[in-house]
Amino acid sequence: MITTTKGDMDEALLERREGQFEDDNELTKWVEYWDGDEMVHRSVHVHLKKPMISFSEIGGFS
Amino acid sequence: MSNTQAMCTSFKGEILSGIHALGTTVTRAGTGADTIKAALYLASATISAATTAYSATGEVTGTGYSAGGVTVTNATAPTTSGTTGYWTPSASITYTTVTLTTAFDCVLIYNSTQSNKAISAHTFGSQTVTAGTFTLTMPTNDATNALIRIA
Repeated sequence: MITTTKGDMDEALLERREGQFEDDNELTKWVEYWDGDEMVHRSVHVHLKKPMISFSEIGGFS
Repeated sequence: MSNTQAMCTSFKGEILSGIHALGTTVTRAGTGADTIKAALYLASATISAATTAYSATGEVTGTGYSAGGVTVTNATAPTTSGTTGYWTPSASITYTTVTLTTAFDCVLIYNSTQSNKAISAHTFGSQTVTAGTFTLTMPTNDATNALIRIA
């Protein structure tokens, strides 16, 4: 069973579509379930690859 | 031996832990660990380095999503390795059973305890979610990959 816009439905009755996208910033995968021509479920998983980094610096005396 | 000019590595980690207060007044709202939250923003929003605090302006809305987002699991204290201080949430950030039909592409990590002050903004490809789960998996918590690093 899977949560859908029509309530919990048997996955076997739905068409499953998957996709993914990857670049330097992320690896994203998604799964969709379709009931005929209507998408009733879409989940997304994003793996963040690029951290936030701040470079520290100190000043000298003048 | 000689002296070396440097920002002390311990200070970098201690900044992340709120040990130092270099301002004229100490304004921390508490002495325990802060509650960190993560809010999602529409692709049309303007979250950036200039963002100073969480705002509902431009935040996603939809079934199952509460304004302000979700609490970030923070079971691992900031630490240092080499000359880098770093911190990463200790679990994935998950929005369970939500419907977000307008494209979003940003998560703002912010400090709920300290007046919702902003910590970092992370962008990704525009997404929608339909009666599903949106999960942000964290990078490895080390000096090279941690989500937030002071090098």
